[in-house]
Amino acid sequence: MVSEAATLLNPPRMQSAGSGFGDRAFRWLTLLMAVSVFALIVLIGYELAQGSHLALHKFGWRFLAGSDWDPVNEVFGALPFIFGTLVSSFIALAIAVPISIATAVYLTELAPLWLRQPLVMFIELLAAVPSVILGLWGIFVMVPWLRSHLFPWLQSTLGFLPFFKGAIYGVSLLAGGIIVAIMIVPIITSVSREILRSVPNLQREAAYALGATRWEVTRIAVLSYAKKGLFGAVILGLGRALGETMAVTMVIGNTPQIVASLFAPGYTLASVIANEFTEATTDMYLSALFEIGLVLLGVTVLVNALAQLLLKTFAGPGVKPQH
Amino acid sequence: MNMKKLILTLLAGVSLLAVHTIAQAQMLINGAGATFPYPIYSKWFDEYAKVDPSVRFNYQSIGSGGGQKQITAETVDFGASDGPMSDENLAKAPGKILHIPTVAGADVITYNLPGNPKLKLDGEAIANIFLGKITKWNDAKIAALNPGAALPDLPIVVVHRSDGSGTTYIFVDYLSSISPEWANSVGKGTSVKWPVGLGGKGNEGVAGQVKQLSGAIGYVELIYAKQNEMPYADVKNAAGNFITPSIASVTEALATAKIPDDFRFSMVNPPGEKAYPIAGTTWLLVYEKQKDPTKGRKLVEFLNWAMTHGESIASSLDYAPLPDSVQQRVLERIKTIKY
Repeated sequence: MVSEAATLLNPPRMQSAGSGFGDRAFRWLTLLMAVSVFALIVLIGYELAQGSHLALHKFGWRFLAGSDWDPVNEVFGALPFIFGTLVSSFIALAIAVPISIATAVYLTELAPLWLRQPLVMFIELLAAVPSVILGLWGIFVMVPWLRSHLFPWLQSTLGFLPFFKGAIYGVSLLAGGIIVAIMIVPIITSVSREILRSVPNLQREAAYALGATRWEVTRIAVLSYAKKGLFGAVILGLGRALGETMAVTMVIGNTPQIVASLFAPGYTLASVIANEFTEATTDMYLSALFEIGLVLLGVTVLVNALAQLLLKTFAGPGVKPQH
Repeated sequence: MNMKKLILTLLAGVSLLAVHTIAQAQMLINGAGATFPYPIYSKWFDEYAKVDPSVRFNYQSIGSGGGQKQITAETVDFGASDGPMSDENLAKAPGKILHIPTVAGADVITYNLPGNPKLKLDGEAIANIFLGKITKWNDAKIAALNPGAALPDLPIVVVHRSDGSGTTYIFVDYLSSISPEWANSVGKGTSVKWPVGLGGKGNEGVAGQVKQLSGAIGYVELIYAKQNEMPYADVKNAAGNFITPSIASVTEALATAKIPDDFRFSMVNPPGEKAYPIAGTTWLLVYEKQKDPTKGRKLVEFLNWAMTHGESIASSLDYAPLPDSVQQRVLERIKTIKY
């Protein structure tokens, strides 16, 4: 009995992989797959750099600091696009994260069992809506409603802030942020739900045993335990937000400018490539668009790296995202 | 089981052979380029298949830039472009490329004003609006052109195209030719740095924004405006007359425009009495020396058909056909294609 238990607690070591052709082949095959993903990213970066070498050579660092986008005189600067991409993504996060995490908490902790499956199904359905369809809905339904109801209300209540001053057209950075928020809610909710589900019940039970209320259990035992994983879910959502193209280009107004007002139209890195790539006839113009792609790749990598760094400061035990 | 496999294999083999034979019988000619003439080219290919069933045309509307690139790279048999190829791009091609003008279209100025008045505008007013110098609808310059119209005290919201396009090219070509300030500060191209305004993607984007915003003004293709019943302005031409955009006024513009030998021309602001000033033509790009003799012959036969029969059905889809004088010159040019 004791020896059985001992065997269970200390299972004998498996024979080391390497014996048998099948095992070795499997190991090398999976290694190849993993390396190929890495190689793909490096290859994309390389091709973008190749394609943009004309613009890199001509503009250098001025490309990142310049605000002029003039295809006729071939003066290109990416700053308004970087501004637009970052601002619309962060607005989207600010709107989507509270909604998603709250939904995930509701789905795992509070919803009655019969309600969980249908709700999950609806959220997945939202993820399945194509970007273009959402863009069309945005331009014909959402933007007019924003222009006649939400934006004037925001201006009347929060108009003292520089973010809510200025003329209201409907198409704006804020509209872009809202539509991206709608697109990233399903991702963040799904991953957060998985994270919260993986929090061991022991944690909840321990909190209850200490006399915590429902909300305190959720806050202390579940959310703080799952902090790291939830952060990872948010980063996934941010990654999608940074690259979102079609829906954004339909509602953001496509004007490269940097202003404080959120009601002003803006422009994102992905949108300018989608809009201008097919008709770019000169080599320098094409090269500048390639460089915009390279900048987008760089911004994505940088934001992810910063996020990982932030994650390290929230060190602690917790559930890592299982993706 | 073996019998079943045998029959299936035989079936597969026979069908492959059949497909191969059918494919051999029909020649495929590929083209790519401009989106503006896509409907009329589709109709032409459709009609031509009844005239000559031995050849099939495949056209991908990837944009003028794409059309120019692909014909230079010789991945397609013909290209199509809304703007003429620059000398720089022509030099990159391995052979001489001919510009064959096919049909013409116009840009109209559409707007959204309460009461929907019929507006008259001239080049100077349009340029100043798009430069951001005229900012209100009841500005003196607009009122002077429209005595009696109820112009409100609304700010003008300019809407332009965010995507590169031949429609934009025609419009900025016109503005550059009538406004030295525009020519110096903005210039012309399929994409430009707009001084003011919102960007909409495609004709639909611009039309959508103009329809939703009171006080908006924008430019769209004539065909699009007609099919979507949008209001558009009469524009003053070089002869001093206010012309309503129509197929007839565009063909008139083509007849009076100055057309050089290589057919790379701009037809904005022509001198004709009844000509509409904001119009442009679209070209097919073919090599003067065709590499494949059979394909070359079929292509030339199609071009001749298009220039005679095709032109007569252009107006059914709201495209302006070439006037007879230009058609004759183009037919002469098509004769020089060697295959």
